Amino acid sequence: MWSELRALRDGIDLGTPPRDGEPVTLSVDGIPVTVAAGSSVLLAAGIAGCTVPKLCASDTLEAFGSCRVCLVEIEGRRGYPASCTTPVDEGMQVRTTSDMLAKLRRGVIELYLSDFPEGDIDGGWSQLNTTLDQVGVHRLADDHPYRSGANHQGGVLDMSNPYFVFDQAKCIVCSRCVRACEEIQGTFALTIDGRGFGSTVVAGQNESFLESDCVSCGACVQACPSDALIEKSLFPGGYERADSSQA
Amino acid sequence: MPIPVKPDQSTITTCAYCGVGCGFKAETSGGQIVRMTPWKEGKANHGHSCVKGRFAFDYYRHPDRVRSPMIRVSIEDPWREVSWDEAFAHAAGELKRIQETYGSGSVGAVSSSRCTNEEIYLMQKFARVGLRNNNIDNCSRICHSPTQFGLSATLGAGAASQHFDSILRSDVILVVGANPTEGHPVFGSMMKRSVRRGANLLVIDPRRTETVDSPHCRASVHLALRPGTNVLVLDSIAHVVVTERLYDEAFVRARCDWDDFELWMSQVGDARYSPDVVGPEAGLEPDDIRELARRYAAGPNSTIYYGLGVTEHSQGSTGVMCLGNLAMACGMIGREGVGVNPLRGQGNVQGGSCLGSWPHMFTGYRFVTDAATRAVFENEWKIDLDGEPGLRLPNMFDAAVAGSFKGLYIQGEDPVQSDPNRHHVEAALRNMECVIVQDLYETETTKFAHVLLPGSSSLEKNGTFTNAERRVSMVRKIVEPVAGLEDWEITVGMINAMGYELKYDHPSEVLDEIARTSPAYSGMSFELIERVGSVQWPCNTAAPEGTEVLHTVTFPRGKGSFMLTEYVPTKERVDDRFPLLLTTGRILSQYNAGTQTRRTANNAWYDDDVLDISADDAAQRGLRNGDRVRVASRYGETELSITVSGRVHPGVVYTTFHFAHTMVNAVTSDLNDWATNCPEYKVTAVEVTKVTKVGKVTKVTS
Amino acid sequence: MTARVFVPCDALSVALGADEVAERLVAETAARSLDVTVVRNGSRGLFWLEPMIEVDVGGMRHAYGPVEADDIPSLIDAGLLDAGAHRTNLGPTDQIPELERQTRLTFARVGVIDPRSLDDYLAHGGFDGLRRALAMSPSDVVDEVEASGLRGRGGAAFPTGIKWRTVLGAPASPKYVVANADEGDSGTFADRMVMEGDPFCLIEAMAIAAHAVGATHGVIYCRSEYPHSIATLEHCIGVARQYGWLGTSIAGSVLDFDIEVRVGAGAYICGEETSMLESIEGKRGMVRPKPPLPALEGLYGKPTVVNNIITLASVPWILAHGGAAYSGHGVGRSAGTLPVQLAGNIRRGGLVEVPFGITVRELIEDFGGGTASGRPARAVQIGGPLGAYFHNDQLDTVLDYEAIAAAGGLLGHGGVVVFDDTVDMAVQARFAMEFCAVESCGKCTPCRVGSTRGVELIDKIVLGEQRSANIAQLEDLCEVLEHGSLCALGGLTPYPVRSALQHFPEDFGQRNQQDEHDAQENI
Repeated sequence: MWSELRALRDGIDLGTPPRDGEPVTLSVDGIPVTVAAGSSVLLAAGIAGCTVPKLCASDTLEAFGSCRVCLVEIEGRRGYPASCTTPVDEGMQVRTTSDMLAKLRRGVIELYLSDFPEGDIDGGWSQLNTTLDQVGVHRLADDHPYRSGANHQGGVLDMSNPYFVFDQAKCIVCSRCVRACEEIQGTFALTIDGRGFGSTVVAGQNESFLESDCVSCGACVQACPSDALIEKSLFPGGYERADSSQA
Repeated sequence: MPIPVKPDQSTITTCAYCGVGCGFKAETSGGQIVRMTPWKEGKANHGHSCVKGRFAFDYYRHPDRVRSPMIRVSIEDPWREVSWDEAFAHAAGELKRIQETYGSGSVGAVSSSRCTNEEIYLMQKFARVGLRNNNIDNCSRICHSPTQFGLSATLGAGAASQHFDSILRSDVILVVGANPTEGHPVFGSMMKRSVRRGANLLVIDPRRTETVDSPHCRASVHLALRPGTNVLVLDSIAHVVVTERLYDEAFVRARCDWDDFELWMSQVGDARYSPDVVGPEAGLEPDDIRELARRYAAGPNSTIYYGLGVTEHSQGSTGVMCLGNLAMACGMIGREGVGVNPLRGQGNVQGGSCLGSWPHMFTGYRFVTDAATRAVFENEWKIDLDGEPGLRLPNMFDAAVAGSFKGLYIQGEDPVQSDPNRHHVEAALRNMECVIVQDLYETETTKFAHVLLPGSSSLEKNGTFTNAERRVSMVRKIVEPVAGLEDWEITVGMINAMGYELKYDHPSEVLDEIARTSPAYSGMSFELIERVGSVQWPCNTAAPEGTEVLHTVTFPRGKGSFMLTEYVPTKERVDDRFPLLLTTGRILSQYNAGTQTRRTANNAWYDDDVLDISADDAAQRGLRNGDRVRVASRYGETELSITVSGRVHPGVVYTTFHFAHTMVNAVTSDLNDWATNCPEYKVTAVEVTKVTKVGKVTKVTS
Repeated sequence: MTARVFVPCDALSVALGADEVAERLVAETAARSLDVTVVRNGSRGLFWLEPMIEVDVGGMRHAYGPVEADDIPSLIDAGLLDAGAHRTNLGPTDQIPELERQTRLTFARVGVIDPRSLDDYLAHGGFDGLRRALAMSPSDVVDEVEASGLRGRGGAAFPTGIKWRTVLGAPASPKYVVANADEGDSGTFADRMVMEGDPFCLIEAMAIAAHAVGATHGVIYCRSEYPHSIATLEHCIGVARQYGWLGTSIAGSVLDFDIEVRVGAGAYICGEETSMLESIEGKRGMVRPKPPLPALEGLYGKPTVVNNIITLASVPWILAHGGAAYSGHGVGRSAGTLPVQLAGNIRRGGLVEVPFGITVRELIEDFGGGTASGRPARAVQIGGPLGAYFHNDQLDTVLDYEAIAAAGGLLGHGGVVVFDDTVDMAVQARFAMEFCAVESCGKCTPCRVGSTRGVELIDKIVLGEQRSANIAQLEDLCEVLEHGSLCALGGLTPYPVRSALQHFPEDFGQRNQQDEHDAQENI
């Protein structure tokens, strides 16, 4: 496994952990690519140079399959599988773009945007911003039917940790923080509380980060794609929420 | 403004704190560091970090930073700011005067394990070409010097045999006297990953530490032995291995000295090391000892990680030798997933060990008495060198108290807070005529200094660190040194002031010099490290990009040697006056003497040292959680608040040593390791009594 | 000689007063010094007749129902014990038309035996299937199940034999058999009736499965809302252990297998197999991505057979009579029988076990007797709350997995819920979205956020706010849910919503396309 860890590269996120296994050759958008058995289609697509947008995927964490942005089409298979949780197969033929995929990805992103502070998007440089660029939608139209629905914009703003904040308004419930605390740090301080739309990231037994078992290793901050968990030091004037924009 | 500042520059460097040596990216905006993020390609950490390296970097710009060189005639005088040249001239002048008056051996130096390899090398060069003696030591004296002695004696090399990732190939992990989840957190997380994937965890530690029991990671055997009985218990484990024939005979015959092995077998095989005898004396169930021994021997891949809980004892070196013996006997050396690994605490203490910062050794652990090695350095430095071993730091203090040692150049060390027997250290320093301290801030030690040279943090200089895996990584300058000179430049200035002309344009030239003179580093260079990211020594023609696992084919001396390890109980005994045993350790958020971390927001988690005491012992003394108590030993006393904790067994109390005012080292004993003088910090007989009025009591009695 | 009178203990019967009937019976017969044993059997599934009691006369069962406690004295006076005439007399049970026309293979013993009696079970062919299976090799047992054509009755309709074959071939150990008793679909009760009416059948089935795949541990995951089922199962598992039908060396063979009951906690999503496994493991009931399949990496990461109760309950019959006998029933690729659950606005609701091939109309009209209200049926939802609503025009669709799918629906677990013409399909569509929102595990975005947005959209549509734009958005949302969701909860929610929009547009304030065209023409 350690050879897999050493295949990680700074500045590149392959989406799922690199594997160490027998070579498998497949094609992505017609481009042949060879990766180790056990790798995900998402990783293979990245290596082939075909960008598949993602949010809940990270190459330091096991695939989770919750954001549903990285959907692809696979020849001979029904539906639109998530490329992060689909292992490569010899001879597989993958398509990363199509009208339907664009429509589905846009549809998913619109759902995210319907519960995200609009003022935090322009000028932002988070992984969410990158994904918005790749999918091609950054805001909901003024008359979009999803506007003014239920949301978490008034949710928890936890400033208890001296070094980072947790702002629920920007949380997209991708669980990368929970998974980082489990798989990388091993402290298991975070979890998702509640279910369905009420799902929310909490520390410990719904305590503040400082009171919980959190050891402030920063793995969750490192993992968070939407800046819901972010260093206070990046806000010289102090951390502020954007005005609620889902009115 | 809800949009975060975007860093405009990112520079890869190595963490300033512990011996894991995580790779980091220092991200700056407009020349100011805005955050440190873990480097995914760091082979020690693979993109992970802990609270210290990740967030606690503000110490570098704390107002307490010393900003200018300062001198004073007497330590009662106020400091006077001077230029660098004046400081160097004054310091060197004093040292030379002292040598003329009291003799060449009346001055010495101590290097810092928090400084770079290049800087430590230059400190030992300072002693040898500047002072013309071998009075040079380093802080591993007080922590891992027994590792140096014990592992060299058995395996032939005093360093970790594996790289950290090797633990993912381990089936059995034996942790002795260490608490990786607190002391080496990123490595601790890797260990937990291995345990979650099915590795068996065995722990030998008086306390029920976080390593013993944390979510989804629990030791299958925990030997909570009485402090001071390490060698007894390790010999008992060996007893089981020998009497139940669990050893790897093929390995021992092929790779080790069989005669030594037979002698060892008859020592540990003796009835007095049987678990039935040892168990009661060490406070353990005999069957637990047997189970641990059997699991370790069965492997298939068993690895050992140990820390100061082994070394900081009067039989510290013996304890290390026990571990080396055990690994050799069971054939757990020389491949992935096995080995014997000291968890080096400081960011560059391994460097300190390797680079000759010893009174008796040059770089690469070669003796000063060896003429051939001396010739190498005489050739390189173009100067005759002293062939007599010099004074160890404790000896320097002894000599100072006796009146024959008068001058000391201390780089990045705070012996008054860190070293044992504080009163003795203070008396020694007071007796000296010139104490030169190079540090980031004023410390307990600078109260006794005559020259204060402002040091540079690892964010302010270029160089390399060697972590606990023997991994040499780059330290890069992110911001300019506060007082204008990087630490290595200061030592070069001191060397020149002593009359030896020396110039380097860049620290890479220092590493080149190390490579020229030290076989284990012969292939090392800044260029190589920058190209491949990091290099584990030995790095030479046989291993041009470094060596991950040691002892794969032979041991450095050919065969491994089994050393005899008879148990000699420490002289430190409990009695009616001092019925409890005090042991010490670290916590995650604070680092060692707390010099750096106390100047960051990490105080939010831990803002004072606290004494852990069991419910039984607390009840007997009428104590409740949070009470202030007096902790007294035969050597001194101090005052602390208590926490009633299930982590310590009755009879044992525990505290950390991160806060200067606690002065725990005023309480610990004078006793030390027979081979290396490493202080026995881990076993002190104490009594704990309630303080009835509020007030700080810290008194040293002897 | 002791007369036996049967009073069902099935939860539905109890809800209708069966316990009081039984008490009264015991009291009245005691008072009259009559030698009567009251046996609590399962329900025959003729719910409009419950509480339906039966009396055994000369080995033949005669039925009376619906019976209230106060009817008991008059019943006894009328000669209950000799099958005497009474207002509630239904005649011989087997000749009740709605029962006679069924093909009871899986439900053969339900209502016939005392569910808690091992002797009664054995006397009615109990453990014949297991005995035969134990004399076969595991691979041959799998062959028999494959030959039967049995497909998962929980809803996915995956061929059971193939699933078992996969687990048999998996090298890891230990292996598990997990019975999914989380029957969460509204309007379904077949699983419950088996657990309360013929629990040893489930135990026998799991043991057969264990032998077939090499499993040693079994778990029945039963929803918390079925306390009678849980109690009955616990009792029968204890009896089975006592008499060597569970534990080590079952029936003298080499099979070691035991079962524990685990109880859910009010989450529909834990009927989805991977969430169920998470729940059994003590974690949040969140869906796992597939691959890996539970057959290879299931409970605690080990090879696991996960089957629905009805799927399992069909297995002992298949082993006892042979796979070919089972596949002799049914049509196309839908082999065997399906225990259909008729509910909703229906005159004769209950359990109807029939071979695949019957039409929906026959089920609703011939067995069900049309609506309870007497008003015309307007919509029929097949397959649970995530099934499509069938319009009247579609009721001649044949009960067959593929045929129902071709008609845009989902046969699922066999629930059929009837609505008359007072139903508001916009309310039903909203209910589908709301159900998804309430039961969503929250892991994937389409379901977690989309279901809430779906409810909001339908509310706006019903209020007439930007109707076309919102309907268009609702259709887009359905597409995202169908193709983007992680599991079938989000994935199937569009079925009821789309079928409501498509077949009942008038309820959404939409005129259908022809009317729209005509209206425009008239401007």
